[in-house]
Amino acid sequence: MADRYSFSLTTFSPSGKLVQIEYALNAVNSGVTSIGIKATNGIVIATEKKAVSTLIDDSSLEKVAIISSNIGMVYSGMGPDYRVLVNKARKAAQAYKRVYMEEPPTAILVKEIASVMQEFTQSGGVRPFGVSLLIAGFDEKGPMLYQVDPSGSYWPWKATAVGKNMVNAKTFLEKRYNEDIELEDAIHTAILTLKEGFEGQMTENTIEIGIITGVVSTKDDGAVVLPEFRKLSPNEVKDYLANIA
Amino acid sequence: MSIMEYNGGAVVAMVGKNCVAIACDKRLGVQAMTISTEFKKTFQATPKTYIGLPGLATDVQTLAEKFRFKVNMYRLKEEREIEPRALAHLVSSTLYERRFGPWFVEPVIAGLDKENRPFICSTDLIGCINFAKDFVVSGTTSNQLYGMCESLWEPDLEPEDLFETISQSLMNAVDRDCLSGWGAEVTVITPEKIITRTLRSRQD
Repeated sequence: MADRYSFSLTTFSPSGKLVQIEYALNAVNSGVTSIGIKATNGIVIATEKKAVSTLIDDSSLEKVAIISSNIGMVYSGMGPDYRVLVNKARKAAQAYKRVYMEEPPTAILVKEIASVMQEFTQSGGVRPFGVSLLIAGFDEKGPMLYQVDPSGSYWPWKATAVGKNMVNAKTFLEKRYNEDIELEDAIHTAILTLKEGFEGQMTENTIEIGIITGVVSTKDDGAVVLPEFRKLSPNEVKDYLANIA
Repeated sequence: MSIMEYNGGAVVAMVGKNCVAIACDKRLGVQAMTISTEFKKTFQATPKTYIGLPGLATDVQTLAEKFRFKVNMYRLKEEREIEPRALAHLVSSTLYERRFGPWFVEPVIAGLDKENRPFICSTDLIGCINFAKDFVVSGTTSNQLYGMCESLWEPDLEPEDLFETISQSLMNAVDRDCLSGWGAEVTVITPEKIITRTLRSRQD
């Protein structure tokens, strides 16, 4: 029974494209927008938490995920696919820690996830993931923001958007972003960018924001302490929203 | 006959003022018969870290190669050298993978981290790390080395003095161990340079 699906479902088209990946990107582009902005002293990632019905308890829906103490992630696209990747990312981070007793550098974790996503474009009986990820991490090289696509390609960004409104959002970011931006401004800008394409009322319950900021320090015994990624509480989000009103 | 005593060997590492030193003997034997006097047990892992591997000679060679592989892969993936602390945990995890059929070596790691702070540690054959602030010893001569180091070591020795201290500790300890000796090699690691010296010792 299993051998009927041992061929790869992602096969090349005559023009050299992998149409399954193109379609996966369509799934991503029909998902709600997510933003990531890198500041000099940290990174902010944010997304809309679009609930299909007012009856949904949106406090229990988590889109911004903590992968390890210094890395966080958000997505645009298919939620269930995202959950699988969050679990794989968390496991990969802990496996690294198991060997080296250190948090993985952001780039290393991104490579791991990207290579998982690539596997699903070249294995039998599976389909690509229908998500684009924005991974934010702070390691000894400083803050780094990466985007990973369904194909498994990844890019480091200074500021980016994925999802439904990404074209407008990126244009907006290009105008507003500068290399010296600090985290407070970056959070402000991220919220404004989300607001551009937001359908409905933007409240502290309809957006999710995660930040990572701080400095890399060393303890007395030489162990390195990295800044921690955390999600903003609804009250903190409310304060930021009040500032832009 | 214990497997750890089949080939013989001794390694010691010490902390000095902004420097570390690691030293090993050069004997390779098959029980009582000495078959080589050029079998060094210390290997350079990164420009600022050394690993010493005393124990069963075949495992010494294999693990030296395994760690070279792992350190190289780390450097290629992370685009930086591995720090001594991470290397210690890497060694520990590698040994524990073989918990129920272990590698018969008890490694010693010595190096400077990226802030040039001295770092030494040793592990047992299944990966238990012993972080030390003064010195670590390993091999068939470990008991004698403990005695020598405890008496001769003092904190904040300059590189030249550290070299003398570690050399005397090793030379006199291996003279009380029939399975170690036949020459010694001492490496002193400072932020500027690494100096490796070969010692002339009793050839018995």
